[in-house]
Amino acid sequence: MFFSICLYTALSIFLLGLFWKISTWFRYSVGPGSREIKTSKRLFAAIKGSILTILSPKVLTLLKVFVLDVLFQRRIFIESRLRWLMHMCIYGGFMLLLLMHALEHFITITLFPDYASTLNPFLFLRTLFGLIVMLGLGISFYRRHILKIPRLINNAMDHYMVIILAVIMISGFLLEGTKIVSHTRYQEMVEDWSDVDDEESFEALESYWVEKFGVVSPDLEGPFDEETLDLGKELHETNCEACHSRPQWAFISYGVAKIVSPLAVSMDKADVHTILWSLHFLACFVGLAYLPFSRMFHIIAGPLSLLANSVMDRKRSDRANIATRQVMEMDACTHCGACSLHCSVGVLFEQMQNVNILPSEKMASVKRFTANRTAKEGDIKHIQEGLYLCTNCCKCTLVCPVGINLQDLWFDMRETFIQDGHPEVFTLSTLSFYRGLRKDELNEKDYEKPLQQASQALAEECGLFDSVDTPIDLGSLDESFEKDLRTSAQGSTFSFCFTCTTCTSACPVALNYDDPPNVLGLTPHQIMRATAIGLPDLIFRSKMLWTCLGCYQCQEACPQGVRVTDILYALKNMAIRRVKEKT
Amino acid sequence: MDFAIQRCCVTPMYLKSYDSSTDAVLRALGIGFVDIKGFNCCGYPLKDIDLKAFVLASARNLCLAEKSDLNVMTFCNCCYESLKEANHLLREDESIKRGINEKLMKEDLKYGGSTKVRHLLEVLYNDVGLEALKEKVTMPFKGLKIAVHYGCHILRPRQLVQFDDPGTAKVFDQLVQITGAEIVPWEAQLDCCGAPVWGIDDDLSMDLTQKKIRDARQSGADFICVACAYCQLQFDRVQRMLLSKRGEDKGLPSILFTQLLGLSLGVDSKALGIDQNELDAMGIKHFLSSEESPIQLSVV
Repeated sequence: MFFSICLYTALSIFLLGLFWKISTWFRYSVGPGSREIKTSKRLFAAIKGSILTILSPKVLTLLKVFVLDVLFQRRIFIESRLRWLMHMCIYGGFMLLLLMHALEHFITITLFPDYASTLNPFLFLRTLFGLIVMLGLGISFYRRHILKIPRLINNAMDHYMVIILAVIMISGFLLEGTKIVSHTRYQEMVEDWSDVDDEESFEALESYWVEKFGVVSPDLEGPFDEETLDLGKELHETNCEACHSRPQWAFISYGVAKIVSPLAVSMDKADVHTILWSLHFLACFVGLAYLPFSRMFHIIAGPLSLLANSVMDRKRSDRANIATRQVMEMDACTHCGACSLHCSVGVLFEQMQNVNILPSEKMASVKRFTANRTAKEGDIKHIQEGLYLCTNCCKCTLVCPVGINLQDLWFDMRETFIQDGHPEVFTLSTLSFYRGLRKDELNEKDYEKPLQQASQALAEECGLFDSVDTPIDLGSLDESFEKDLRTSAQGSTFSFCFTCTTCTSACPVALNYDDPPNVLGLTPHQIMRATAIGLPDLIFRSKMLWTCLGCYQCQEACPQGVRVTDILYALKNMAIRRVKEKT
Repeated sequence: MDFAIQRCCVTPMYLKSYDSSTDAVLRALGIGFVDIKGFNCCGYPLKDIDLKAFVLASARNLCLAEKSDLNVMTFCNCCYESLKEANHLLREDESIKRGINEKLMKEDLKYGGSTKVRHLLEVLYNDVGLEALKEKVTMPFKGLKIAVHYGCHILRPRQLVQFDDPGTAKVFDQLVQITGAEIVPWEAQLDCCGAPVWGIDDDLSMDLTQKKIRDARQSGADFICVACAYCQLQFDRVQRMLLSKRGEDKGLPSILFTQLLGLSLGVDSKALGIDQNELDAMGIKHFLSSEESPIQLSVV
């Protein structure tokens, strides 16, 4: 009764969770454009797309991906052999246990009519599969806690599922071990299955089981005489052998049995094996109920992500389906950290202390944000900054074991954030080159908006000299600013400048305009001069600073050896630091 | 000796042909190279944001190469200049080096400073040599006029990169001539391609690109030839956007030097990815002559 209630409760939570999770694939949206697509439209598009794909030659691609990437996990194999071994052990071992052991009444008995869980090869295989899972869990622990893989961050979710799995496995071995030694269980079996009826036979059979099968009897203890054992053996062969292989085959549980045997009698009285039995099943049910809400959900979303990505293409696929796929992909993420390990800018995490630089953590943040759009202002800025600190090198997408197209996810998420009105001063850096390369995918207004916002935020922050007509207040000159620059060898060269304007004459940006000071705010030589005087506000808001190409024409031309370009870079760094600190 | 190859972040997504053509050419010439699995971005795009972040990124690659006892070879000017600049700063500035080493210690890396940074063109010119290259050219071009675009960061800052003299650079010109192509002198040759501000100020970026394209066309060039990932994207992908946005009917396709050289070495154009260029560059094959012809080497 208790068992059934638990089972059906767990199953219901699992199914409801599954339904709820899958519904989010059609309800949540990632990119700015996907918000307008209705849930019903997305659902129909998904059904239509799936049917059309299955009926097309693309089905061969799906089949290939299913075998290579889903069943044999080629992508993990390429990424890391150790991880592949770990994953194969956990996934393979657990699947086999699930099919042969947990679903024995449905599957194993149908295939093998003579099946008994206490009979070989099943007895041995159960232990073997269990051992394989334990090996996998051991490797997982080793990777996460001993190997110290760079930038692999562990969160609570990573531990929960491993703990649940470990509890299932360990309780299983302990349960089997205590059953082997249990005298009560032995007696129940004799009553239920044997036709032994006289006192002498009882004693002989029990003696044989104590001697050979590890049962710990409160009444009998070895050594037994040959005759009793011979009779016991005979009785065993006629009554028990058909259903019972030697427990030594379950080598782990047998080891447990040997260890606990001094305590076996009292454990038996305290009914410890029932407690372990409950623990074993409860852990299974908790695992089942929790599955849709945990990262274990990747066993459903992962294969779907691999399959969908193998046949979908941003340019040709239905936009509604892309929107759905992108939400689904987030559920496929296992937080394995492969992306962060190979990330082209992952190392920046050491310098810039924003965890969202790392793709694996960015994913976790973006996932939270997509589920409830009410993140804190500070968090939003953090995520946005992390999203922008990306060189779009595609490495994360190439290594993702579940085939998530992270590249597109970042692109869409970045647009969602920077369009929603949080000025991002990083848009004025070379990182915008990548956004520019995908200009075709954005409309003109959306494209310009974040850039204008960033310039405006800069102008507001550096508003000291708002108008050209305002006289400069000498008290507002920033002396520390000049000192900051002097600390570096290249920065300090600004003091050699005698404002000869050679740099400006060499600057291709200045040369591009008829009236450079008007368009650019300041020209290069004016920036050098303003640096010497100590007018950071004037410099930071000038368009010249942010359109500097870094082509080094000015620096090469300078007769005084002023490292003009290097100074402009240093000034950009300072401006960005100032805006970031304030906002 | 093999090189650790620094690939540019833009290539896997936007310029696969630079990876494939470089690999094909290096193989054809027997230059050994290794892809170090842990390599990251050279840090160039971070220079605007945080100098230390940029140096850290470059330093990590230099350390990884050092650990494998290899020199680094790049095919992108921006990677080249950035790695060189970081290498220089780390050698000159003890405090920067200390800070970086503290951070890299976690990964068991330490900057010692023995790694050299080389550009592909430099390796071809100095290590392989013009004479040896010439011998390998089996299908020289005939009548092909090329506007050679050096790109900023292979020449400047001169003191740092020390590749060639920015005023009278000739290394790239001579390498192009090896393929049988003629080089055309053009006024805007040493100007920036405009890529650094693409995405920040597109009008300015297009102005700069347009000026160069027009000048190269007026000088009679059939193609622009580049040896930098950013320059190629600017002259190819961005030029395509520019042509449609500004209603220019005639552009000037750009070809990667590895593609140009690869063709003259007889490498299959599929491996060179010429069909992947956004502005049709397949026409360049018409200039190929299959017969061997002696090439006159002249210094410009």
